[in-house]
Amino acid sequence: MTRITLRSMVVPVFACLVAFAPVSAKAIDIERVISDDGVESWLVEDHSLPIISVRFLFPGGAATDPEDRAGLANMVSGLLDEGAGALDSQTFQRRLSDESISISFSASRDNFGGSLKALTRNRDEAFDLLRLALTEPRFDTDAVERIRSQILSGIAARTNDPDTIAQRVFWEATFPGHPYARQLRGTAESVAAITEDDLRTFVTRRLARNELIVGVVGDITANELKVLLDKTFGVLPERSEAFTIPKAEPAAAGEVIVVQKNNPQSRVLFGQKGLYRDDPEYYAALVLNHILGGGTFTSRLYEEIREKRGLAYSVFSYLLPMDSAALWLGGAGTENSAVSVSIELVRNQWANIRAFGVTQDELDKAKANLIGSFGLRFDNSSAIAGMLVAVQRRDLGIEYINERNALIEQVTLEDVNGVAKRILDPDALTVVVVGDPENIKATRTIRDDG
Amino acid sequence: MKTGSAVWRGMRIWVVSLAVVPVLALPGQAQVFNPATYELDNGMQVVVVENHRAPVVTHMVWYRAGAADEPAGKSGIAHYLEHLMFKGTKTRAPGEFSQIVANLGGRENAFTSQDYTGYFQTISPENLETMMELEADRMTGLVLTDEIIEPERKVILEERRSRTENSPRALLSEQVGAATFLNHPYRLPVIGWSHEIETISRADLEAFYSTWYAPNNAVLVVSGDVDADAVYQLARKYYGPLAARELPDRIRPAEPPQRAPRQVVMKDARVEQPSWSRRYLAPSYTAGATEHAYALEVLSEIIGGGTTARIYNSIVVESSLAASAGAWYSPGSLDMTTFGFWVSPRPGVEIADVETAIDREIDKLLADGVTKDELDRAQRRLIDGAIFARDSVSGPARVFGASLASGQTVEDVEAWPTRIQAVTIEQINAAARIVFRENTSTTGILLPADKGDKS
Repeated sequence: MTRITLRSMVVPVFACLVAFAPVSAKAIDIERVISDDGVESWLVEDHSLPIISVRFLFPGGAATDPEDRAGLANMVSGLLDEGAGALDSQTFQRRLSDESISISFSASRDNFGGSLKALTRNRDEAFDLLRLALTEPRFDTDAVERIRSQILSGIAARTNDPDTIAQRVFWEATFPGHPYARQLRGTAESVAAITEDDLRTFVTRRLARNELIVGVVGDITANELKVLLDKTFGVLPERSEAFTIPKAEPAAAGEVIVVQKNNPQSRVLFGQKGLYRDDPEYYAALVLNHILGGGTFTSRLYEEIREKRGLAYSVFSYLLPMDSAALWLGGAGTENSAVSVSIELVRNQWANIRAFGVTQDELDKAKANLIGSFGLRFDNSSAIAGMLVAVQRRDLGIEYINERNALIEQVTLEDVNGVAKRILDPDALTVVVVGDPENIKATRTIRDDG
Repeated sequence: MKTGSAVWRGMRIWVVSLAVVPVLALPGQAQVFNPATYELDNGMQVVVVENHRAPVVTHMVWYRAGAADEPAGKSGIAHYLEHLMFKGTKTRAPGEFSQIVANLGGRENAFTSQDYTGYFQTISPENLETMMELEADRMTGLVLTDEIIEPERKVILEERRSRTENSPRALLSEQVGAATFLNHPYRLPVIGWSHEIETISRADLEAFYSTWYAPNNAVLVVSGDVDADAVYQLARKYYGPLAARELPDRIRPAEPPQRAPRQVVMKDARVEQPSWSRRYLAPSYTAGATEHAYALEVLSEIIGGGTTARIYNSIVVESSLAASAGAWYSPGSLDMTTFGFWVSPRPGVEIADVETAIDREIDKLLADGVTKDELDRAQRRLIDGAIFARDSVSGPARVFGASLASGQTVEDVEAWPTRIQAVTIEQINAAARIVFRENTSTTGILLPADKGDKS
């Protein structure tokens, strides 16, 4: 049995921190497993439960959808487990449920991924069903129409959802003409236009071995895994079709876009250019964001907008680094009469941190939290498998999970204040408001009365 | 890998209301959790589940007091108080609790349901003692002033706008809940009605706090990388000195017999996609004809559990009437619960046709019953689920907390797989006949506004 062990951190820690920062990092034993046919996976062996969790990913997600077929990757993700090989949809689903096997797929802007979770006694059957789903999906007409109807009714149900509208308007304004402007699930028109041929083409082009990433956690040895890797992924085509998503700078800096809706509360989304994941100042930005709006009950935005004034139930910010663009995003939900004040408070914090920086105390507390909470992400085997895949996707190296806290620890006050000056720009914030806000100076108003 | 959406962040509260759809009340698991249990001299229950896979511990305190325990006309007190528990005490300044948890790299939150209120932190094991010190402090030492409660009232009204007023589905769900129960307080939304939230006074909050927040009304659950006896010693040290209080009985106004089916139809200009649901009054583990609860859990799996269940197979796959459909049953509530069906029709399909299709499935069930094959498969799936439930630090803590705060025992939780395995075809068929009666149903229908209407 592998226990995720606790190891002392070798990095020196400021004395003042010792009082409240756990001086430790979680260490976890990750093994690089390469099958006979050359399929690679990272593995954390854990035989304490008769369970295995697998995550896998192919780069290239919704951003590769053809313009008039937006939602294609998402639709494929809903259909791979709806019949494959000799098994029609209901037979395939029946096998999964009778053996308590979970297989699912999902598409993000940059990736197409999936997961498998099964009991040890059903392990071989589970991998075999996964192989069928990846390599021999049927796309039978009845299954395609059923999933299409589910996607379309989901789109219809969200038509007037303020969060969905805010997201759509924000991404359209920020990345005009770029694939990131499209919605992951597509539109009623684009989803209606997707053909069985489109679905098959996606599978042929995207699901291949050359960029496949796999993470496995649980009740399996490296040698057992090798055999299953070959059987499951070894049969995929050698190479995927190359694609390019052009790099994009966020547009619409400084715009305030109001989508007029008769709702009692406005949803506010704000954002500006962020940092790519490989930016040398990424960790400084992570710490800065924690102070700005990342700390759940402790951030400046939380303190100013919720705690002191009661203007919002939820207010937050986060970094969103993607393959072809990087954003610094935030949001809040606030009463229509308080929208303009809330936006002003956000801009003030942006400006204040840029001008005056953060304090040593804020820095110490943010680092202590980011370091101490990292290990909490390893609550279950699926979460660990997800981490194995994410680390490989970002090319962070097999030691990353054990080194990550040291990278946070090294961030200095100068680093944080430097990245604040470099990136944070209150005048560059793009703001989208969905609701009926009062006293707001909009640069653009969209009527959307439903 | 999913790129980081952070929608739930910054939210302090999960309102777990009875109206929320298909979450089962986290059925307890086989003799798989193997908890250690203790009781402090002041009556506080302690449950410890050791799990040494990662250096993480979840510390939870559950109070046997929820929205259904509020005085009449003051809906929302339990939830309002839950927010205020993050403010100061006699020894801690407002916000200090959260700041300490954050500095220690912990995560914390809280939630309110009809039957209980819970607080938790997930943190590295060496900080468990600090969590106990803080949690014990706010069990009896809370300080409320107008300066503290007024901004928080605004936050809660924003929360209500955000969760409920902005969503036609949530508004209908609230109306259906109110129609399902005539007299029992489950008819009221956990978060409260706006006009009552506006008038809750400091004295109301203090009265609720001093009535229900006491060690003999609390359950401590600790799950993770800890030694059970060491946890017990810490619990004695921090929770042990708190004095027990005399507690009122949790007797809520009971429902009169329902003599006619009820239906709520809501039209809203924001609706593009109609939906249909129906719930039948049903026994829980602890209320009504409780002997049917486990049979109903298996039945719920057979008729509505996922894409191979009867409902999905017949109205989504075979007849193509619906985009999706299913059933839910939540046996964990302290008083009577409901067994529900929900359908999301395909575009262009009439609601009446969907309703007829569900009625046909129910009639078929009542006439022919379930098969041995269906029973076997459902039992295996449910019992396998108990194994998967162990693959988590916080999951088992939630199971014990919810169960013990709603009238169940540790033994009930541990015996769950055995009881599921013991369910027979005859028991399921009998339970179906008890529950699926037209006169004890409430149907909710959500429709777009008629052309020209302003909602």
